[in-house]
Amino acid sequence: MDHQLNPHHWVAAHADYLFGFAITRINDEELAKDLVQETFLAALEKVANFEGKSSERTWLTAILKNKIIDVYRKKSSGLQNKMVKEAEDEQSDLFNADDGHWVNNNGPKEFGIEDKDRLVSKEFEQIMQKCLQKLPALWMSVFTMKHIDEEATEIICTELKVTAANFWVIIHRAKLNLRACLQRNWI
Amino acid sequence: MSYLKRIIYNCKQATFLIEKRSSGKITLREAFELRIHLVGCSFCRIYKKQSRVINEMVQELFRSSMQADRKLDDKFKKELQIRIEEELNKN
Repeated sequence: MDHQLNPHHWVAAHADYLFGFAITRINDEELAKDLVQETFLAALEKVANFEGKSSERTWLTAILKNKIIDVYRKKSSGLQNKMVKEAEDEQSDLFNADDGHWVNNNGPKEFGIEDKDRLVSKEFEQIMQKCLQKLPALWMSVFTMKHIDEEATEIICTELKVTAANFWVIIHRAKLNLRACLQRNWI
Repeated sequence: MSYLKRIIYNCKQATFLIEKRSSGKITLREAFELRIHLVGCSFCRIYKKQSRVINEMVQELFRSSMQADRKLDDKFKKELQIRIEEELNKN
């Protein structure tokens, strides 16, 4: 069955959903609102191209995703480079330079949540949120596109203009910093 | 350093391979080296477990904050729909 578009009910039906989608990825309320608005306006211009293959919400979300990627791109240039540098410096404390072994104090320790059935405290969640926010924008976008949106690696590389080799380095580094941050703040 | 020793000590490389394997592909040789490393390295065994748990938790976090009361205010929504109607009437 072909899907239909009905712009008259867009805001009522999808605005909150799109806002939630945007804010979990960019963590900036004003910007998220702007993106929702831009998404609808851009969608109006594309109404003629809608083929009815996906639902209205999926189609609108795809437009929003592209807008979010634009934000990621902008954020990962300029000032953000400093943040990347700092985040990378943090890693030199993790492993010995000569053999690549964990520096003893910073080696992984059990959090005590690994084997339980996802009974994670609010406190741990808050720490997680803070640690996520410390990641440089580019790392965060690679991380969320991979693990949350489950985009294909090739797509992420094209969209964010990173090489495949660099992609894996970023995935690795983002996880190392996130994990180290959790350990510092939880144990 | 001998080949084996390099594999046994290099946790940086081992954690890299853990990440790469969990969401992509590693070569047979890499898989073999990772297995050898994990046998002898309790740090990286913990890392491997935590890496997976962290992915699941971040997914959970995004899901729950999507459902949370992150709603747009009514005034903003009303104005937005008016804006859309205006655009529609232009055409």
